[in-house]
Amino acid sequence: MSSDTVASALPKTRIPSNAEVLRTQRRERISLALRYLILGSVGLLMLYPLFWLLGASFKSNQEIFTTIWFLPKDLTQLLDFSAYYNGWMTRTEFTFATYFLNSFLIVVPRVIVTLISCTLVAYSFARFEYPGRKFLFSIMIGTMLLPPIVLRVPQYLMFKELGMIDTYWPLILPSAFAVDTFFTFLVVQFLRGTPRDMEEAAIIDGCNALQLLWHIVVPLLKPALISVALFQFIWTMNDFIGPLIYISTVEKYPVSLALKMSMDVTGEVAWANIIAISIVALLPSLTVFFLAQRYFIEGATSSGIKG
Amino acid sequence: MASVNLEKIVKTYPNGFEAVHGVDLEVRDGEFMVFVGPSGCSKSTILRMIAGLESISGGELKIGNTIVNNLRAKERGIAMVFQNYALYPHMKVYDNMAFGLKLAGLPKNEIHERVTQAAKMLEMEHLLDRLPRQLSGGQAQRVAVGRCIVKRPEVFLFDEPLSNLDAKLRASMRVRLTELHRELRERGQPSTAIYVTHDQVEAMTMGERICVLKDGTIQQVDTPTTLYDRPVNAFVAGFIGSPEMNIRPATVVARDGGLGVEIGDTMLPLPTAFAEILRNRIGDKVQFGIRPEHIGTPRSIVAAGSQERAAVANCAFRLREHMGNEVYTYFELGGHDFAARIPTDFAGEIDAAERGQTIQLGFVMDKAHIFDTDTGLNLTLGALS
Repeated sequence: MSSDTVASALPKTRIPSNAEVLRTQRRERISLALRYLILGSVGLLMLYPLFWLLGASFKSNQEIFTTIWFLPKDLTQLLDFSAYYNGWMTRTEFTFATYFLNSFLIVVPRVIVTLISCTLVAYSFARFEYPGRKFLFSIMIGTMLLPPIVLRVPQYLMFKELGMIDTYWPLILPSAFAVDTFFTFLVVQFLRGTPRDMEEAAIIDGCNALQLLWHIVVPLLKPALISVALFQFIWTMNDFIGPLIYISTVEKYPVSLALKMSMDVTGEVAWANIIAISIVALLPSLTVFFLAQRYFIEGATSSGIKG
Repeated sequence: MASVNLEKIVKTYPNGFEAVHGVDLEVRDGEFMVFVGPSGCSKSTILRMIAGLESISGGELKIGNTIVNNLRAKERGIAMVFQNYALYPHMKVYDNMAFGLKLAGLPKNEIHERVTQAAKMLEMEHLLDRLPRQLSGGQAQRVAVGRCIVKRPEVFLFDEPLSNLDAKLRASMRVRLTELHRELRERGQPSTAIYVTHDQVEAMTMGERICVLKDGTIQQVDTPTTLYDRPVNAFVAGFIGSPEMNIRPATVVARDGGLGVEIGDTMLPLPTAFAEILRNRIGDKVQFGIRPEHIGTPRSIVAAGSQERAAVANCAFRLREHMGNEVYTYFELGGHDFAARIPTDFAGEIDAAERGQTIQLGFVMDKAHIFDTDTGLNLTLGALS
């Protein structure tokens, strides 16, 4: 009666011919190989510029502009890391260590204040009833559609009044007021998709609104908050126009500005140095991405709900 | 003392929709009360108002001797089990159970003692170190119950706690929960329980008293057997029991020596006790109700000793479902569909019947009910033995 006995009885009654099995297996193997080949070559094509960048950091100026193949002609050049050293030292009085430190002085506080402000604002939008909530939410969505450039001038004048030009405040402070509406929106949507039962259970357990936020909502939001932190990290790390407008002292330059500055030097530009340092500049973002990837994928499905 | 008293409880939503229309109910101390009704009957809303998750628009809610309308959930002395268990996914089972106690500021060793004691009671000591996602549905439900027990609440609230479990597990959890309730009560711990379900089987098996709700009003509050035998109206009669009671339109007619009901072209005689009540309703349209087990083959009627009270009628056979010990038989009488539950031992002629064939079935008429067509009220309540 049970399916076990049926399954074990089956091979006895009908043994497929050996040739048929082999043929099917071969067909499946070929189709698999074909799929991998196509996907692999497309993937390679998309990653080629990155490989080229990596190879170019070992080439001379002349070779960079004359060959499209990513490896240098003379493979022994791959052992020569002088471009990385020279790039790092820069031609200014500061090394890239300063610029990286500057970048982190902007990125880290900004990520932290973004997480706090986004969570608070999203929590209020997603979980509380108050007059004008829908109106406020639509205004927030509206600001998402504004091109950021229109705010540059008024923002600049405002920060100038506050005496914050040539400091990191203009780059960090706005995020403390949840102006990164995309992130707030992301968290609101995530929270709306999360069942309220757990919060209600916690209310009965005796949580007030803030305890609820800290003990229950924030842990539930973890995947969304990790995405927010990741994007904010990468975008801020790569931001060029913000620092360009507000930072004028070379000593305070973040990596993105310092890279541009290396190119501005008149006379012969050693491209290998710039390329080498731009690869180094990619590393923090890449590292953070790979570290966070696991949580990034782990969705809200791991909540307490199961049938 | 932890009775729960609802007096004229009203719920009106901001959009003006009145979901609960002045509900009066007393849940006695230590009682297991079940709220049952179809979806949308506001049974969960009432429970959530008792829990403090939903505001009370009007009326008075008392737990023990305290009016709790404006108290916060944690001050009401209640604990609740949710349909989705609502375990905190990032906390281990132990911490899930201890969370409320920690918030209440209980000393660590007391928390530990209570959690281990509850875990022992629910036979889940081996689960304390797991995360909710590592639990099966039944285990998660036990943890949710454990989380309530450790709080030693005055009142337990259950919001359809078994509806996410598969049928087999549901049946065994039903027994466990009932046993747990009796155990707490025997120990003298507060054990008043209010249990919401849409499943009448759960209501019948678990409830000491059942409150049947429809559209935000109470239809009947009584013990399971009384609800089953003496439903006050057609809604309760149809909702309680499976397969449900046959309730079909009929006409009260006079016949020599008494009254009868005419269903289509078939007349069934009514017992004399009914005749007295229905005497001035001759010619009225009514609803005739009879439970499937009160219809049988001539042999099964004789075996049940009801032959003197039964009326035999010719019916058109449609379909049978074998349930093992019983055969559910579907047939037509006077143009209306009926269902009967016939013990397999006496269902020989049913087994042989073909679709459309005429079979003789007996109706135990003193077990029937006559409902008013407009109000649905049970007219024959007074005549039932």
